[in-house]
Amino acid sequence: MTNILAAGAVERHLRARRDTGRALLMPYVTGGVTPGWTRYLTAFAEAGADAIEVGLPFSDPTLDGVTIQQASEAALARGASTRRILADLAEAGDVGVPLVASTYYNLVLHDGPEAFCAALRRAGVDGLIVPDLPVHEAGELTGVAAAAGVDLALLASPATPRPRLEEISRRSRGFVYAVSLMGTTGERAALAASAAELTTRIRSVTDRPVLLGFGISTPGQAREAGRHADGVVVGAAVMRRVLDGAGPDDLRAFLATLRRALDQE
Amino acid sequence: MRMAPPWREPVPATGTMGEPRPLGRFGEYGGRYAPESLVEACREVDEAFRQARADPGFAAALAELLALHAGRPTPLTPARRLSQELGVQLYLKREDLTHTGSHKINNVLGQALLAARMGRRRLIAETGAGQHGVATATAAALLGLEATVFMGERDMERQALNVFRMRMLGAEVVPVTTGSRTLKDATSEAMRHWVGATGDSHYCVGSVVGPDPYPWMVREFQRVIGDEARGQCAAELRTGVPDHVVACVGGGSNAAGTFAGFADTSARFVGVEAEGGAGAARGRLGVLHGCRSLFLQDDDGQIIEAHSIAAGLDYPGVGPEHAHLRELGRARYVTVTDEEAVGAAVRLARSEGIVPALESAHALAWVIRAAGDGELAAGSTVLMTLSGRGDKDISTLKELL
Repeated sequence: MTNILAAGAVERHLRARRDTGRALLMPYVTGGVTPGWTRYLTAFAEAGADAIEVGLPFSDPTLDGVTIQQASEAALARGASTRRILADLAEAGDVGVPLVASTYYNLVLHDGPEAFCAALRRAGVDGLIVPDLPVHEAGELTGVAAAAGVDLALLASPATPRPRLEEISRRSRGFVYAVSLMGTTGERAALAASAAELTTRIRSVTDRPVLLGFGISTPGQAREAGRHADGVVVGAAVMRRVLDGAGPDDLRAFLATLRRALDQE
Repeated sequence: MRMAPPWREPVPATGTMGEPRPLGRFGEYGGRYAPESLVEACREVDEAFRQARADPGFAAALAELLALHAGRPTPLTPARRLSQELGVQLYLKREDLTHTGSHKINNVLGQALLAARMGRRRLIAETGAGQHGVATATAAALLGLEATVFMGERDMERQALNVFRMRMLGAEVVPVTTGSRTLKDATSEAMRHWVGATGDSHYCVGSVVGPDPYPWMVREFQRVIGDEARGQCAAELRTGVPDHVVACVGGGSNAAGTFAGFADTSARFVGVEAEGGAGAARGRLGVLHGCRSLFLQDDDGQIIEAHSIAAGLDYPGVGPEHAHLRELGRARYVTVTDEEAVGAAVRLARSEGIVPALESAHALAWVIRAAGDGELAAGSTVLMTLSGRGDKDISTLKELL
C-alpha cells in the first residue's frame, strides 16, 4: 500500500482475529511496576490476550483513577522510565501478540514524536495510545507514527459528537478505543449504560475494530461488553491484583476467566 | 477611569496578546490537549465565553460584581519612600485590596457568572495556597452555586486557615493524597473529577493554564488589572506609560492580566518566577494539564515538583502565553530566591506599611535587585502588580523572622 496512513501490524492482527468471530481481549500492565514485570506479558498471552497494552508511567496521569495512579507511582519509584521499559521489552522478545504502548503526550514530546516512535519499534511495540492527545491535536503524531509503522489508536468518548466520531474513526489506526463512561480508569460495579450506545455509534461509522475500555473488571462485564464491542481493554482490575502482590500465574488465571467469558458470547 | 470590562473594545488578533489562534495557539504553545471526554466540555466553555463577551448584559453584570462585591477599581499607589530609596519611580497596582485579598477574585467572578449563564450548578476548582479556592468559594456563595475545591493534603496542612475559610463559605474541600500532594496534583484531580461531572459542573481554572479556552479566557478576565492600571498610569505618570511592567508568575494570571493592558505600548515586561518554580525561565517544552507550554522536567520527561516559599508560585509550569511572550522577546522572565522574597516583603512592610503576599514579594524583590545593579535605570518608572496581601503568609513569616 502506498497510503502512508495505512493500518499496521496491530490492526491487521486484530482484524484477522475478529473476523474469525473471536471477541478480543487486551489486558494492560504498567511497565516497570515490579522486578521481572515482563513475565506478566507471557502470562497474558498464554491466557488468551489478543494484544497487550503496556503503560509507560507518567508523573501526572490525569485520566487515570487511583489504581493506575498507584501503579505508575510504584513503577516510577522503582526507577522506571520510557527508556528502561523499552529496553526490558526488547530483552523479553516476541511474546506472540502485538504490544501497544500507552502514555501521556509529554513523554512522546520529550524526545520528539519521531524518536519516540522509532524507539517503540526497536523495542517491538507496534501500537500506541495517548489519552491526552485528542484527534484535533494529533496531526503532529499521526503521520510520524504511521511512517514508523506504529498504529496510533485514538479514543472516543460518550460525549463525542458524531462528526468528530467520524474523524476519530477515520484517523485512528489499530482500533478505536471506546471509553465506556464519563470518568477515569478504574474498576466499576457495573458496565456503564453509555458503553453500548457509544459502541453502536462508532460501529455505524467504521469497520475498524472497536475495543471498549474503562471500568471493565469482571467476567460478567467482559461478556456484556463483548456483545457490543469487538473486544475489551482491562487495566485497573489487572493492576489492582498486581499491586496486591499477585504474580504472573495469578493473572494468567484471572485473565483466563475473562477469556472464557468472552468466548461464551 | 475605565469601568467597563475591556473586551468591549476588541484587541487586534494580529498583535501579541490578542485572541489565540488557530485552535487556542499562542505561537507554538497552548492548544486543547484534553482527554477526549473533556473536549466537548471545553468547546462548550469556549462557545459560552465567546457569546458572553459579545453580550453587553454580561459585561455589565460582571462590572457590577467587580465594583460592588470585589471593590474594584483598585488604587495605583505610588511607593514614595521605597522609590526614593531605590532611585526609581515605583507604582503598585493594589490587587491586595480586592475582596478575598488577591487578584484571583477577578477571574473567578467572571467564570462563576459564565457558569451560571451555562446553567451549571457547581464550580470545581484546584487550589494551592488556597487563594483561588477561597475566591471560588466566595463567588459560588455569592451566586448561589455549589463549590468543590481540590487541595493537596500537604497544602491543607500548610494553609489550614484557608481550608477553614472555604468550608465556612460553604465549599466542599477535597484532600488530594496522590503524587506530591500539592497544586499540580490538585489540578490533576480536579480534571479527573470534571470528566465525570461535565453535565452540571464548570471547572473554574485558577490561572492562565489548562486546555483552550482557559489560558485566553482567564487572561481576559484578569486584564481588568492591566486596563485599570493603564488608565491610572495615563493620569498619574508624566510619561503616561511606565518604562517597566513587573509581576510575579506562577501559572501567570496576574502577570498576563497586567501585561495585556500594556501590550500595545513600549513598556518592557518582566515576569518574576520563584527560583524553585521557574517554568518560563528553565522549563522545557511539554504538555501538562491540557496545554502545550514550558514545564520543569527531569531527564526522562517526568514533571518535577516545584518548591517555593510562596505556595502560589509552586507550579512546575507556566501559562502558554508566557512561553510565547518569552519566545518573542516581548517579555522576559527572571527568578528570585525565597530569601530575596522574604527580604522584599519586610522592606515593603517597613517602607510603605503594606505586607504583601509572598508571591507578590517576588516581583518586588526583582525590582529591588534591578534598581540596585543598574538594570533599572535611575529615574525610570516601574509599574508592579501587588497581586495579593500577606495575611495568609504571616505564620510562615513568623517562623522565619
